Parts: sequence; structure tokens; C-alpha cells
Amino acid sequence: MPQLSFFRIFIIAIVCFSSLLFASPNFFYSTVDKKLNNPKETSSWPDFLPSTLVKLGLDLRGGVYMLLEVKTDDVIREKFDFLWTDVRSSLVKKRKELGSIRRIDTSGDQLKIEIGKSENIDFAIKEIDKFNSSTELFSSRWSGSVQKDILDISSMENIITITFSDEQKRTLEKQVIEQSLEIIRRRVDDTGTREPTIQRQGRKRVLVQVPGLGSSEELIALLGKTAKLTFNEVVSIDSSSNLTAKLDEIIVGSEQNKDLFYLLKKRPVVSGENLTNANPSFDENGLPAVSFNFNPSAALKFGNYTKDNIGSPFAIVLDDVVISAPTIRSHIPGGSGIITGNFSVEESNRLAILLRSGALPAEIEVLELRTIGPELGRDSINAGKLAALVGGLLVLTFMWLSYGLFGLFANVALALNIILVMALLSILGATLTLPGIAGIVLTIGMAVDANVLVFERIKEEIKKNSTIYNSIKIGYEKALSSIIDANVTTMIAAIILFFFGSGPIKGFSVTLGLGIITSVFTALLITRLFIDLYMLFYKPKVLRV
Amino acid sequence: MLLRGLFNQSKEIQFFSFSNLLSYISLGAIFVSIILFFILGLNYGIDFRGGTMFMVSSSEKIKVSDVRNTLSSSNLGDVSISQATNPLETLSAGTLTSTDNIFIIKVEKTEGQNIEIKVKALLLNKVPDIKFLQIESVGSKVSSELVRNGMLAVLFAVTSVLVYIWLRFEWQFALGAVVALIHDVILTIGVFSILRYEFNLSIVAALLTIIGYSLNDTVVVFDRVRENLRNFKSVPLLKVLNMSINNTLSRTIMTSVTTLLALFALYFLGGDVIRGFTFAMIWGVLVGTYSSIFVAAKILLILDVKRNWDEKDSKAGTQF
Repeated sequence: MPQLSFFRIFIIAIVCFSSLLFASPNFFYSTVDKKLNNPKETSSWPDFLPSTLVKLGLDLRGGVYMLLEVKTDDVIREKFDFLWTDVRSSLVKKRKELGSIRRIDTSGDQLKIEIGKSENIDFAIKEIDKFNSSTELFSSRWSGSVQKDILDISSMENIITITFSDEQKRTLEKQVIEQSLEIIRRRVDDTGTREPTIQRQGRKRVLVQVPGLGSSEELIALLGKTAKLTFNEVVSIDSSSNLTAKLDEIIVGSEQNKDLFYLLKKRPVVSGENLTNANPSFDENGLPAVSFNFNPSAALKFGNYTKDNIGSPFAIVLDDVVISAPTIRSHIPGGSGIITGNFSVEESNRLAILLRSGALPAEIEVLELRTIGPELGRDSINAGKLAALVGGLLVLTFMWLSYGLFGLFANVALALNIILVMALLSILGATLTLPGIAGIVLTIGMAVDANVLVFERIKEEIKKNSTIYNSIKIGYEKALSSIIDANVTTMIAAIILFFFGSGPIKGFSVTLGLGIITSVFTALLITRLFIDLYMLFYKPKVLRV
Repeated sequence: MLLRGLFNQSKEIQFFSFSNLLSYISLGAIFVSIILFFILGLNYGIDFRGGTMFMVSSSEKIKVSDVRNTLSSSNLGDVSISQATNPLETLSAGTLTSTDNIFIIKVEKTEGQNIEIKVKALLLNKVPDIKFLQIESVGSKVSSELVRNGMLAVLFAVTSVLVYIWLRFEWQFALGAVVALIHDVILTIGVFSILRYEFNLSIVAALLTIIGYSLNDTVVVFDRVRENLRNFKSVPLLKVLNMSINNTLSRTIMTSVTTLLALFALYFLGGDVIRGFTFAMIWGVLVGTYSSIFVAAKILLILDVKRNWDEKDSKAGTQF
């Protein structure tokens, strides 16, 4: 007769009970969801029950999925341009010793300088080495501390090559990405959307998921702009591009007039980093504008500059375009002002958000963009539910017709199997996607496999005229090897899917993998328990499987 | 019970009597699939090709040629439009109704937001009550990565399986199982190139699941082969194989049927979004079941297998 240890029943009962408990909120999704959203209102869902719901993927609830790449290389290039202006002005002072000074490689992530007198190259290197602990180069706000030995300086004949050490590059990359993540988060949060997910992916990518958003337009408008704001001194304005820029100057186009170009000083007087606040407002003519405040040190700089340059124009530059260039009419001491331009109300709103969140340290490229409307999501859920229900019923009926009572045992195990998967999904905080539902439906079909293997073995043993008890015992023993091999191989596929798949496909691999574990558990322990109980209490003379 | 007697036939089916013919058919099918793949290619979705996809619905009938003309003249690259069957023909619960016509429009270019706004404006102009159900845009950088990842995943899955079966059984078994898998994967690709169904990320997921499932089947048969080889040492291999397939036949059929029942429910009721996926799975289950009997076992027969299973062999793996 079968052995029924109290321990075995206890374990199984605990697992079943707790999984039922944790899966239960999902069967009353809308009630629990309402409760979670309005915690103050009284709800029909009791407090003592768990209220963790399975997270629905974007394909089921609708929303925007966006994969972005931060162009960190641009930042490194920009750093070298910056360094070059400094190095040059320092070397120029020593022209007597060094001869002509020229930058020969302007493209890559290095700075190559050619000097006229190669015999004095060591002298030049010594000069450049002074920049090695330069605070200037890393003093932008995404650097935490001042680094030493950030540059690798090498020389060949009369050419000096300056690069960042690998470690330095990596640190810089990390800083840029972290800063970008922070700014993206601020901008997305400012749109007032619910539960956006923003996570780093790989080396320089960021994944943004915003559920419930019906269109990506607003999001792109917010994330597609670096929003680098600077206030620059205007050298001259010309109607065509026949301006020539000196080394410390730059030619910039105008937002309002295509034919107008500005020659500006490269170094800004103040920049967007120094803003403490920005809000949409209106100018004296009632047109949309953005008002801003500087921090004290920038306010002082701005005040002094306006005092000294009354009557001359002053350029407000956003992402390398002059949005307006008002003439300074008086000394502006308070560190606040407004930006005017040809804004609509939405644009001024958006610009305020952008300025508040700060400039992105590098440009962002949208690699992948998926928008799922809420209607489609809702219909996918309904379709998935229906398919699961019908598929489940078909399988249950088929099992009952094929194996009779034993089929019913397997069916109860199958139902518990689904509940277990739901409970595990809730506990693990995994995301349920449409392919995930497909995974569950597939599990319904495949979960009976372990039971089928056992039942077929039992049948064979009965044919060999073993005793009933022995048939069951041997059936289980002999089927075990097949069950393990069969499920391990499917598990391998699920694990590979998890690591190679993205988004919804990952969701499929999760439910498939969980389904495999739970189906083995239910087939080997729960169905077995039913059979043993049946044997103990009914003591059947003939086994009909 | 109704179905109980169904598989209880005591007569052994001779699976290998037509096995040579079937081998040629399988080889031919593989050959044709490869040819089709190279001639027709696959109807890649934007996941792999890059581009922008719009799934739209409208209560009016959209004139496909009209929309195509508008879009084609707008310098958007290759444009394709197809009508999708309404996933809700059998449902009334959603916001979509069965009178809605659902179309899928694909545009070659991505270049971020501009294409999306442009196409949206063009379509709204033509069909005022249009609803945008889903918009997907995949850049070429990501799409080539997805292709690479997809191929790596399939390759990696096949190799892991080869190693696992080699450890648990013998190299002949591993080879047999892997040939069966490759057979399944190639035939699935062949079917997708001939039927012009969209081949996207979810189909790769289906391929991997097919690998898992087909293997499941093969392993169950092999497991029985190993057992019978131990028990019937003097019986010729052909007979042992045939016996093993017969032993496991009812299980093979039962599991295939339950899986197919669930899959058909998904295919007809699960909506358009996963229809391609479920189609691949249904095909995979059918081909996988066939291949575990007629390909994997046949390879085993051709390769011949060592019979002295009782002698301990470090490579032969542990018996559970």
C-alpha cells in the first residue's frame, strides 16, 4: 500500500494554498486594480488578502516602448575640441621654442598636434601635461570628482597624440549615460504619466517604457532634444553665411530667419546648467515665452555682462540655433529673465520642461519605437483569455475522455498548474505579455505530458499483470527518466529565449519556463497524491487508466 | 470511456516499412525549402528588415490602391499594405467591433518621428475616422542586431541540445536528435517562404519552442530505445526501434493532441497579433512529431548504436 507521510501532504497543501492566495488577486483584476489606485476608498477586496497583480506588458495595456542610444562618442569628441582650444592658447605663447602648431586629426577620439620644431617636443609635452589634472576638462556637472592623469600623451617625431585612457573613457561613458538616464527620467516624469520604466540596457542604451500613452509624439519631442541652452556674446550678424569665424568664435543659424547668421563667441556667458527654474509664461505682448532664474553665481555673471554691454545684441542659443537675440536695454541684476521666440503655448510648455530637466550630455538616437494603442491591448487580453479558456476546456475534456478518473486527477493538477504559474508571476513581479499568454496556453497543452507519460507506463505495467500498487509505483519510476529529459530540453529552449529575446518574447520564455517547473511539480507530486489517496480509501480491485 | 480503446491496439505498426520512401520525401522537402528560401526569401517583418509599421482600423472600407498611391508618391521608400483579419470577429467585448477594417501598412523608412507624423497626416487626410492601433518603428542598427541574436539563439539552442543528449545518451542519439531538429527548423522556414507569412521575432521564438517540443518527443522515444536496448540485447536494432516507437506511440499522440488543441484555440481565438506565432507552433508540432519518429529514429538506425549498455561508460550518462 502507498505510504502517505504527513510531511508530504503538508508541503503540497502549503504550496497549493499559498499559490491560490497569491494568484487570487489576478482573478479579480479590476477590483484589485481600483483598490491599488485609490487606496483611500473602501473596496470590496479585503485587506488581509495579498493584492499584488501580475504586471501587464505594454502589448496588453497599451503604451510606448522606446529604445534609445546615447551618442557618447560625441561627448568625447567635444572634450577634445575643448581641450584643443586650451592647449593651443597655451602653446601659442611658446611659439618661439615650438615653431608652428597645428591640429592634424579632427575626426576621431584623439587629439593629434604637430609642432614645427621637433627637437623641443619634450617641452611641448610638459606644457600639455599641465592639463592632465585639469579641472576644466571634467568640471562639467556630470563629473563627480577631479580626476588625475586623465590623458595619455605620447609622441612620435614632431607629432603629439593625446587620448583618454580606456578607464577614463569608460568612466566618462558611464557618467554620460547616468546623467542621461536622470534627465530622461525627469522629462518623462514631467509629462505626468503613470509608472514609466526607464532602464539602462547594454553599454550605451536606454529603454523607456511608458504604459498608457497613446502616442509617441510628445515623448519624442521631449527626448529628441538635447536642450543645451547658452547665452552668448554676439560678434556680428550677417544676412548670408559669408562670415568667417576665428578659433574662439562660431557661426550659428537663426530659428526665425533662414537667411540670418550669427557670429558668436564660443564660450557662453552663462549656460543652461546654471538655471534654477524655468516656467512657461508670456511676454509683454502677451505671446508665449519661458521665464527663468539663474543661480547666484550665474546671476552675478549675467548682471555684470548686461551692465557692460548695454545696447548690443545678445544671443540665446538652444541646441546650436539662435532662438532669439534681443538687444540689452538695461542692466539685469536679479538673475532672472524671459526667453521669447516664435513659440506656441505647447512649445513654451515643452521648452520649460526641457530647461528645468537640464540638457542631455549627449545627443540621443531613437533605435526602436513601438506604440500600442490601448484598444488593441484590451482586445489582446480578451482574445488571450478566451483562447486560454477554450484551450483549457478542450484539453480537460480530452484528458477526461482518454483516462477517465485518472484524467480527472490530471485535470485538477492542470488547474493548479495554471494557478501556480499566475502566483509565481505575481510573486516574481514578472511581466505578462501576449506571447506570455501564448506560453501559458502552450503550457496547458504540454503540462499534461508528464501525466500522460506516467499513465501510459502504468497501463503497460497493468498489461504485464503486475499488482495495482506495483503498476503505479513502477509506472512512476520508469516514467521519471523520460520526464526529466523531456522537460530539461524544453527548459533549455526557454532559458535561451530568455537571454536572447527582448520585450514580449522574454515574457513568453518566462511563462514557458515557469510552466515547465510547475507542470513537473504538479504531475509528480499532486497527481501522485490523488492516486495514492484513491488507492488508500477506495482500494480498487481493477485499475482503469 | 470513449477514447480509451483508441490507442490500445495490440498490433505493432511497422514504422520502418516505408522509412526509405519517407527519408527521400524528407530530404526532398528540405531541399525544396532551401531552394524556396533562396529564391523567394522570407517575408521579413520590420523587426528584421527595419522600417515602420502602422496597424490602423477604420469603420469605412479603406481603398488599398488609393492609400498606396498617396504613400508611394511621398518618398517613403517601399510601401506595403495588407488587410488583416479582424482579431475580434468572434468577440464583442473590446472597443473594436467586427465592422472595423484593420489594415497593416509598412513603410521602408524609419528616420524617427518625422515619418510617423508624415504618414499619420497623409492617412488622416485620406481616411478621417482612422484609428492607430499600433505603430512600430525599428532602425537598421537594431534590426541587424535582432537578426544576429535570432540566429545565435537558434544555433545556441541546437548546440546545447546536442551536448545534453550526448551526455545523457550516446553521440548517435545526439546526432539523430539534432538532425531531426534541423529538419524541423528548415521545413518551418520553407513553409514561411512559400506561404509568405510574416517572419518576425515571435517566429524565432516559435522556432525555439519547436526545437524544445520536437526534442521532447524525440527524447521520449530515445529514452525507450535505450531501455529496450538493455532489455532485449539480442533483438536486431530495427526491431528494437520499432518496438520503442510503438511503446511510446500513444503518449506521442496524446501529447500532440493536447498541445494541438491548445494551439488551435489560440490560432482561432487568440487574435491577429499572435496568429503567425501559433501557426508556426502548430506546424512545428506536426513536423516535430513526424521527425522524432521518422527522422531521429531512422538516423539512429543508419548510424547503428552500441549495445553493451550495462557496462559502465563514463560518457553514457547517468540513468535516473
